[in-house]
Order: sequence, then C-alpha cells, then structure tokens
Amino acid sequence: MRMPETALPLVARGLGFSAGGTALLREIDLVLEAGPPTLIIGPNGAGKSLLLRLLHGLLQPGAGWVRWQGRAAPRAAMVFQRPVLLRRSVRANAAFPLPLAGIPAADRGLRVAEALALVGLTDLADRPARRLSGGEQQRLALARAAALRPEVLFLDEPCASLDPAATAAAEYIIQTISRQGCKIIMSTHDLGQARRLAGEVIFLHQGRVCEHAAAPQFFQAPSTPQAAAFLNGELLW
Amino acid sequence: MRQQAGRRLDRGRRAGHPATVPDIATALAAAFGLITEGDRAVLSIVTLSLQVSFLAVALAALVGLPLGAFLAVARFPGRRPLIIAGNALMGLPPVVVGLLVYLLLSRSGPLGGWGLLFSPGAMVVAQVVLITPILATLSREVLEGLWEEYGEQLRSFGATPRLAVPTLLWDGRFSLLTVLLAGFGRASAEVGAVMIVGGNIEGHTRVMTTAIALETSKGDLPLALALGMVLMTIVLAVNAAAQLLRDLAQRRQG
Ligand SMILES: Nc1ncnc2c1ncn2[C@@H]1O[C@H](COP(=O)(O)OP(=O)(O)O)[C@@H](O)[C@H]1O
Ligand SMILES: [Mg+2]
Repeated sequence: MRMPETALPLVARGLGFSAGGTALLREIDLVLEAGPPTLIIGPNGAGKSLLLRLLHGLLQPGAGWVRWQGRAAPRAAMVFQRPVLLRRSVRANAAFPLPLAGIPAADRGLRVAEALALVGLTDLADRPARRLSGGEQQRLALARAAALRPEVLFLDEPCASLDPAATAAAEYIIQTISRQGCKIIMSTHDLGQARRLAGEVIFLHQGRVCEHAAAPQFFQAPSTPQAAAFLNGELLW
Repeated sequence: MRQQAGRRLDRGRRAGHPATVPDIATALAAAFGLITEGDRAVLSIVTLSLQVSFLAVALAALVGLPLGAFLAVARFPGRRPLIIAGNALMGLPPVVVGLLVYLLLSRSGPLGGWGLLFSPGAMVVAQVVLITPILATLSREVLEGLWEEYGEQLRSFGATPRLAVPTLLWDGRFSLLTVLLAGFGRASAEVGAVMIVGGNIEGHTRVMTTAIALETSKGDLPLALALGMVLMTIVLAVNAAAQLLRDLAQRRQG
C-alpha cells in the first residue's frame, strides 16, 4: 500500500522570537509528526500563542526556522481563542476560505454541508454568524477549518472563553477531526483538557520548551521540576 | 421663472411689506410656493445637482474605496507618504480644485480634447477630484479597524492583501455607507469648483449651490431660499436614510 503524500513532519530548529529587546521564545527545537494531538501547555504568557503563530507561518521568526519536511504542499488551518467570524451567514462563513484554498466550486457545497453537520450547525446555516452564542461561534470556526480538510489544524486555546458544556462539545468535535486523520496542534492552559485530548505534550515555560513527551509519560512522570510544579497546580511565572 | 419670483415679491410688497430687500417671511413664503408648485427651473437645477453629485460619488467610490481598503491592509514602502498625501488632499480648497480641473480641461490643457469644460461632465470631474481623497482616507480609517480583527484569520486562509480588499469592502459595507455619505455631503455642498469649471450656465450647468450664490447676490432671495431648503432637505434625508439602513443592518448582523 502506498502512503498518502504528506507535508509532515513539521520541524522547527533554533526557533526564537523577540519583541522590544525581550526574548519571548528561545531555542525551540521540535519535530511534529502525524498522529494523535499535540497539546502545547504552560502558564499564561509562556509563549503558546506565539509558538503556534510561528509554526503556522503567521509570524516571521527572529531566529531559526520552521519547515514542512514532507513531500506534499502543506494544508494547514488555524482557529483562534476568539473566533473571527465574518459579517455574513453561518454558511457563507464556512464556505469563505474554500476558494482561497483552490477548492473547485462544484465541491464547496458538500464540504460546507458536511462541516456544518459535524459541528451541529446545519439548522442555523442561514443565520448571521455574529448573532450566534459564544459556543456556536467557536463551533462554526471549527467547521470552517474542517471544511478545508487540512492536514494540520492549529488551535489556540479554542475553549478558553467557553462554558463547560460548550467546551465538551468543542472537544468532541476536535477529537472527531483528529480521528479523521488531521494532525491537531493545540494550546491550552487547562490541564484537564490536556489530559483528555493529548497524544503528546509540549510543556512551554518562559519561552522555552521544557518538556516534549508522550502524554502518559508526561502526566505520570514529568522529567523537570517546572513541569511537576505546573501539574501540581502551583502557579508558574 | 425669475419673473414669477419677482411677481410674488411684488405681491408681498403690495401686502404691506416695504422693502427693496424683501423680508425673510415673504421670501420664505415665496420659496415654499416655488417648491410646492414644482417650479420647472427649480426642478431642473435640483435634478442636475443630484445627477452630478451621485455620479461623482459613484466614480470616486470606484477608486477611493478599494484604494482605502488596500492602504488598510498592505504594508509597502511609500504607504505612509500616500496616507499623508491623502490626508492633505482631503483639505483641498474647492476653488483650487476648480482651477486645476479648469486648466486640465481648458481647450489648450492636456485634457482639452475631451471638450468637457463648462459642461456637467466637467463638474463631475471636479467633484471626483475633490472627494476621492476623502473616500480613500475615511475608508482606510474604517477598514483598518476591521483588518485588525480579520487580519490574522484571513492570512491564515492564505489571503494576500489584494485578495483581502474585496472581503473588507463587503464586510465593512455598512460603515462604508457613512463614508460615502461624507463624500456626497461634500460634493453636493461645494460651490467653488463647480462654479469655475461649470460656469453656472442657466439650464445647462447651474446647480443648487451655484444658483444660491448667484440668486443671493442678485437679490432674488425666494429662489435662493427655495434651493437652500431643498438642498438641506436632501442632505438630511440622505443622511437619515443611511443611518436607518445602518442601524437595521447592525441589528441583523450583530
Ligand atoms: N507582538 C508582541 N509584542 C510584544 N510582546 C508580545 C507580543 N506577543 C506576545 N507578547 C508577549 O509574549 C509573551 C508570550 O505571549 P503568548 O504567546 O500570548 O503567551 P500564552 O499564549 O502562552 O499565554 C507574553 O508575555 C506577551 O505579553
Ligand atoms: Mg495565548
């Protein structure tokens, strides 16, 4: 059997980013392979959002590089902490990025329908997107990303402003997308969420990768005192 | 029509208003008369004014709005100077614009071949020059806020600045209505430029503002007042309609 063409692994070497003379991310070396979700965890201000933006190419690194080392062209999407919805209908939002991604017009309708069904927004397809509740808005942002059928989906604390029920719904959607073969790379400061979703964990502390390990290993036997303290719920700054 | 207004004033004087310069009440009454009767001259002046200003806004929008949107999203050397130039051009005195357009369109000027001078077309050109910088600058300001919100997500979708322009224009459509309104207000209220390039020719290039200026200086206050009232009503009505539309859309889109 022939392996499908892939853009992974996503590799970062000596990655650094600074602003105003302050180093915010330092000497980050990562190899991200296809497989179960990678969760980037760490306290507020650790640099999780910056790292995701660098990996996705939204920011230019100050040092080092990020590269897709597979043979295929990368297909990546990103969902932000606060969903960015256009002033259009739910359906139009889900369809918006498809032409930019070169999806033929004939395929777009089906993709949108499937994505809206995945997140349970089929019945609200004609509503103005920005009139949805917070949870529905984030589900729409997930649907819009899913419609692209990306190989990698970056998620920056997608549940940070959601209530427990909406969080559960979003996690279920993320797991479904992951099972369909999409590589999830997601940040969170919620340890419980990391335990529920992670295949592997990147623990970020003060702009450095403190640990990068398989989830069971990280949660049972963290190898650094900083990670142990974070797991114990001690605040880290 | 001048005679008509004159007759009305005579009637006013006979009714016991002693004045070579008629008093305001009489002039107002006569002005209302001109409007309610649908005086042909008034009607043609109003129609021409609206045609010129609407056309000028439409043409200026075709250039100004995409330019403003592009300046809101693109970062390139020369962007700052362009923005500063736009701001400066916003304050151009209309008479200076009139003079420049006059020179361009005059028989010996570079665009003399168009044969537009002293025609409604020349007035459209002058108003377009006058309001394009306004539309570009105001739309840039409005859309910069929208880009701040949309920018990262659109870049994540792979949208280049050029591809982002239509998205910003569509999603900012209700705020841009206010921008168009500012352009329309400026175009329809302006006297100097259209006076110079149009020539204020009766029945040909006479618009509300130039007619008001002329009739006032000649002492035909009823006609001036009638046109003034129509001008004010139009500007207020257009503003109110746009505001209403905006509120309605805001409530719908959230
Ligand atoms: N564009 C920027 N300029 C300057 N400082 C920034 C910028 N973006 C983020 N930071 C700072 O970098 C640090 C890491 O930010 P962030 O990646 O958002 O952290 P996290 O997502 O882990 O909470 C924070 O101290 C933040 O204030
Ligand atoms: Mg963050």
